[in-house]
Amino acid sequence: MNQKRSWFLPACLIAGFAFLYVPILSLVIFSFNASKLVTVWGGFSAKWYAELLGNSQILDAAWLSVRIAAINASLAVVLGTMVALVLTRLGPFRGRALLSGMATAPLVMPEVITGLSMLLLFVSLEQWFGWPQGRGVTTIVIAHATFSLAYVAVIVQSRLTQLDESIEEAALDLGARPAKVFFVITLPIIAPALISGWLLAFTLSLDDLVIASFTSGPGSTTLPMVIFSKVRLGVSPEINALATILIAIVAIAVVVAGYFMKRQESMRQRDIQRAIAANQ
Amino acid sequence: MNEARRNDKYVPPWTDPKAEPYVRIEKVTKKFGDFVAVDDVSLNIYKNELFCLLGGSGCGKSTLLRMLAGFEQPTSGSIYLDGVDMAGIPPYNRPVNMMFQSYALFPHMSVEDNVAFGLKQERLAKNEVSKRVNDMLGLVQLAQFAKRKPHQLSGGQRQRVALARALVKQPKLLLLDEPLGALDKKLREQTQFELVNLQDRTGVTFVVVTHDQEEAMTLASRIGVMNQGRIVQVGTPTEIYEFPTTRFVADFIGSVNMFEGRIVDEDNDFVRIGAEDARCTIFINHGVAAAPNSTLWVAIRPEKVNISREPPPDASENCTTGIVQDIAYMGDVSIFNVKLDGGKVVKVTQPNLFRHAEETITWEDRVYLHWHPASGVVLLQ
Ligand SMILES: Nc1ncnc2c1ncn2[C@@H]1O[C@H](COP(=O)(O)OP(=O)(O)OP(=O)(O)O)[C@@H](O)[C@H]1O
Ligand SMILES: [Mg+2]
Repeated sequence: MNQKRSWFLPACLIAGFAFLYVPILSLVIFSFNASKLVTVWGGFSAKWYAELLGNSQILDAAWLSVRIAAINASLAVVLGTMVALVLTRLGPFRGRALLSGMATAPLVMPEVITGLSMLLLFVSLEQWFGWPQGRGVTTIVIAHATFSLAYVAVIVQSRLTQLDESIEEAALDLGARPAKVFFVITLPIIAPALISGWLLAFTLSLDDLVIASFTSGPGSTTLPMVIFSKVRLGVSPEINALATILIAIVAIAVVVAGYFMKRQESMRQRDIQRAIAANQ
Repeated sequence: MNEARRNDKYVPPWTDPKAEPYVRIEKVTKKFGDFVAVDDVSLNIYKNELFCLLGGSGCGKSTLLRMLAGFEQPTSGSIYLDGVDMAGIPPYNRPVNMMFQSYALFPHMSVEDNVAFGLKQERLAKNEVSKRVNDMLGLVQLAQFAKRKPHQLSGGQRQRVALARALVKQPKLLLLDEPLGALDKKLREQTQFELVNLQDRTGVTFVVVTHDQEEAMTLASRIGVMNQGRIVQVGTPTEIYEFPTTRFVADFIGSVNMFEGRIVDEDNDFVRIGAEDARCTIFINHGVAAAPNSTLWVAIRPEKVNISREPPPDASENCTTGIVQDIAYMGDVSIFNVKLDGGKVVKVTQPNLFRHAEETITWEDRVYLHWHPASGVVLLQ
């Protein structure tokens, strides 16, 4: 098997890489195209990046998107951690299955439906309570938090189930009250999971178009919405530059999140190894 | 306490009817759904004791311990500690500390901070905390590891951190769930003595859970043997070993040869038991309160059986014969498996007193097994 290397696996590898990265790569390359025609290579230039910096519409939208993503991520981490805590530490309670089902539903729910239901909710809330007035940043953040908390909940829940519960019991036993145990013991131990959850929620919100379209109002146009509307009028090299920057941000966030997850896993592995070694 | 033990006039508190128990467990039952994990347990533990809860896996030892710590509430019954009813008192308000089987050290804190954690919750002055932490780390010989994180320690060192962390609070009661379970055999034996030593020096009352009977024998002032949620016998290691009251205890503690039989002759100060599977009459030099003709069992420890190739002078009672089937040389002792004529295999251990025994017993030898009238323990259930 080893000597007669089959061509099959390398071919799979190349196909996989091609499907994943050729579109992105072409986008990145054409963002440095000097020509205004997107499909014709006219030499290397960074002028579209410079032009991007002068475009206040895009910059405003980008800033708005980043703000929404950050607020959403923070909100989602708090809510998602609460859900994860309840599901892992409260034991059996009425409605447990319902909560765990609903918390993870947004992972599989079509975005259009999430967006539509959020829109209907906001409209009827406004009719009954007068809040939220119109749609804007608040409604987008709430809508985003609703689905990104599901991702955070899943990440944190898996971390909490790994965590030896007797560590928390030991803290209780040594005289710390439950709230203190959570902040001084549990939180620092699961911090890497919270960071990766935050980053994931951030990127989910940053590149969401569908849900944001349903829940945004005048004056709250996010970056993906701007890109989408511009692209409908024709692809411009400027958008390529913008997309390249977005890809860079998302890639960094994913790598950092991955790093924290991996470090956590390797720490766990190392502890297990040491425990085994110590017993020999 | 050692002083007291050496003193001839020392009366163990459990034999003193006037002594006030330190921990009183009264008719405690714990159910998980329909499953009864701890079944109507009543137990008195006295101050300064090192009490061992011994039992097989799943018999409810940890559950009982967790009720003492306050992590589980009894379904019924009550627990008193130093005269105070513990019902409804949460773990963080009990003068009880626990050492967990997994040690449960805080992975993000140094050894020092782990040990200081409990004292900080009491809002003690900073220098008081650091003094007590240093003293405790010295006591468990971890002073030079104070700044390390738990994952930088060996298993034995972690075990000592866990112990120090629980002891530094000077609890009225220290609970230890399989404290040595994660250590290898050699380290375990060494640590057993350290644990007894530490208990002696600190004077804290210990309740230790273990499923290792040798460990219980080494550590305990008294042992409570558990089976299926119940306490089946409580006593000193000697009592448990030499005077088991049930077949379960006799079997569970050490190894034992069990013969089934019926009384053929009895009086106030002796009893003769016809034991079919032993192929002899067993004579016991004390009376037994058993209904005539009821089935009973005689337990004889392997080390209390003599083995020889020549028949003993009086072979009429307490003597049977068989063929050596197996010999295991253990260094200090040899273990013989002797198959009696009826087919039952009896285990005999003999100390190896001489380096060159002239007349060693070997495989397939016909041997005589005999024992003293005081060696057999009569068990009614
Ligand atoms: N929270 C729980 N819910 C349901 N059943 C439980 C719970 N905790 C313990 N049990 C059951 O109660 C029984 C006793 O458990 P316990 O942990 O006290 O055993 P143990 O004597 O400590 O055994 P081991 O030596 O294996 O630790 C077991 O059968 C276990 O399955
Ligand atoms: Mg247990």
